Amino acid sequence: MSLTGLEVVADEVASDAPVVEGRSQWQLTWRRLRHDKVAMASLIVIGVIIVLAIAAPLFVAITHHPPNTAYPNTGETAAGNPVPPGTAGFWLGTDGTGRDLFIRILYGARISLFVGFVTTAIGTLAGVAVGLIAGYFGGIVDQVLGRFTDAALAFPYVVLALALAVVLGPSLPVIIGVISFFSWAAIARIVRGQTLSIKEKEYIEAARSLGAGPFRIMFIDILPNLLAPVLVLATLYIPTAVVFEATLSYLGLGIQPPTASWGDILADAQNFYQVAWWYVVFPAVALLITTLAFNLLGDGIRDAMDPRTERVLAARRRRRERR
Amino acid sequence: MALLGFLIRRILTGIVVVWLVSTGAFFLFFARPVDTVARQLAGRAATPQVISEVIRNLGLNQPIMVQYWHFIDGLLHGDLGFSYYSQEPVDTILKQDLPPTISLVVGGLILWLVVGLSVGIISATRARSLFDRFSSVAVLVGLSMPVFVIGELLVLVVFVPLNQHGFHWIQTGYSGPSQGLGTWSGHLILPWITLAAVQAAVYTRLSRGQLLDTLGEDYIRTARAKGLSERRVIFRHGVRAALTPVVSQLGVDVGQLLGGVIVVEEVFGLGGVGEASVQAIDTDNLPVIIGFVIIAAVFVVVANIIVDLVYALLDPRVRIA
Repeated sequence: MSLTGLEVVADEVASDAPVVEGRSQWQLTWRRLRHDKVAMASLIVIGVIIVLAIAAPLFVAITHHPPNTAYPNTGETAAGNPVPPGTAGFWLGTDGTGRDLFIRILYGARISLFVGFVTTAIGTLAGVAVGLIAGYFGGIVDQVLGRFTDAALAFPYVVLALALAVVLGPSLPVIIGVISFFSWAAIARIVRGQTLSIKEKEYIEAARSLGAGPFRIMFIDILPNLLAPVLVLATLYIPTAVVFEATLSYLGLGIQPPTASWGDILADAQNFYQVAWWYVVFPAVALLITTLAFNLLGDGIRDAMDPRTERVLAARRRRRERR
Repeated sequence: MALLGFLIRRILTGIVVVWLVSTGAFFLFFARPVDTVARQLAGRAATPQVISEVIRNLGLNQPIMVQYWHFIDGLLHGDLGFSYYSQEPVDTILKQDLPPTISLVVGGLILWLVVGLSVGIISATRARSLFDRFSSVAVLVGLSMPVFVIGELLVLVVFVPLNQHGFHWIQTGYSGPSQGLGTWSGHLILPWITLAAVQAAVYTRLSRGQLLDTLGEDYIRTARAKGLSERRVIFRHGVRAALTPVVSQLGVDVGQLLGGVIVVEEVFGLGGVGEASVQAIDTDNLPVIIGFVIIAAVFVVVANIIVDLVYALLDPRVRIA
């Protein structure tokens, strides 16, 4: 079989050109992310926090201060106030009842991260399922699911969360349930929108004409194209879930004492504003660093996946320079 | 005429929403055995006779649909029932607790919109400037902070040192405007900042992104090309188009605002509706809880009607229909 003229040219170009390695979207994203210093720093910070949380019992072994043990003699001043950082082997001082603040913050991190990851996973799975079904089937299914999504997005969720926590009694599974219940809606809405546009593409029509059923099309043909935005949303939802848990615990409707949680520590700290700044500052900083790191990482992943925002800025910069 | 039809339809659906929400709240709290509620009211040491008497007095022994009928009947007559504890009518309690809450919401809302939008607009028109970088960092910190942490840190670094040094304008707790506007605002300035901080961050980011996208559109170039001043291009052509998604976001956020109000009232001890409702939830004070839920629902519905009206005003393509 002889080659046509065009094919000969194409063949020459191909053999002259340096070998271009095919890269998947994930490889490209990872390459861009690796050059993003802020995102990499956030990733390291998150890693450190996770390691500290897992290693909490190790620090108990070092300091000999179990999280729920009070030290009325060494851990409290004569007036019964917390002792400052560095006193009597309490690295970050003590809390209102003479317990080791550092150890309690570490144990609080375990709760925060666990709730953050688990609720985000549940909410993401549910949101993707609802969004795919609503977007793919459309019509009355979309209408009904859409109203539910709107309701879950617009409802004063703290009010309902409080009510649920009270009716069911505050406990870890209830908190996870409540937070998950409010986490799916935003993801469902975005997935629905993307599904609407993807399902009109030719390759979906091709899949359908080959006899693929709706669930095969939804999960095999559409879902992989949605993973990028879903991953970004999920990363950005983790800090929201962490804040949500802390807020519930702060109001006394989340994790119940004596189990340590950041919200509960900060609620107790309110009684010691005048005498123990460390009691407010350290747990607040722990909470802030955790949520900030996840937010920065999420932003980094989004920029790495969709460099469009950066391009808009660059174009503007060029325009300004020309003017 | 179209406006009247729109209002009537939205108010009718709003009434349905309020009915659904209050019914939901009613049945949610009856999902628990009545005994738990009665035991809490009667105290730990109460004998079974006392408990059954409490149940009878509150009408909790009637069939649930009968109780629901009484509840709806009262609601239609504007009667929200009586507090289980103080025997005060619920509307009196709510009326008493509303002033701090309204002061907090109105002031916080104004502050958050003014700060959020103006910082967003300035950042977008000076993208990559020092101001833009600084505000981006501030926005990220604001987004990452829980409301109560901002409140506690403000108390720790502003309220406590100022009062230790004899500067007493800023206070916690609540003091009505009748005590003098200076005192009133001194009590509310930190709560306003706290309530506004997180939301202002969201709106800065949103309005900055929207305005940047809008300023990249062709019609903006056309406007510049025909010689309009930069100020006119940005405000008449850019901001107006960029604001529409911001306004629709506001409709969604009204619900979140109420959650923030509860937390801020707790942090600063303002004693408003939010604090009262957390107390009521703690003590199973059902009529007060339902009263709060109804107020919250009405607030969300009314705010969303206003948001949709403003949306139609800003975007001429949207017709009220």
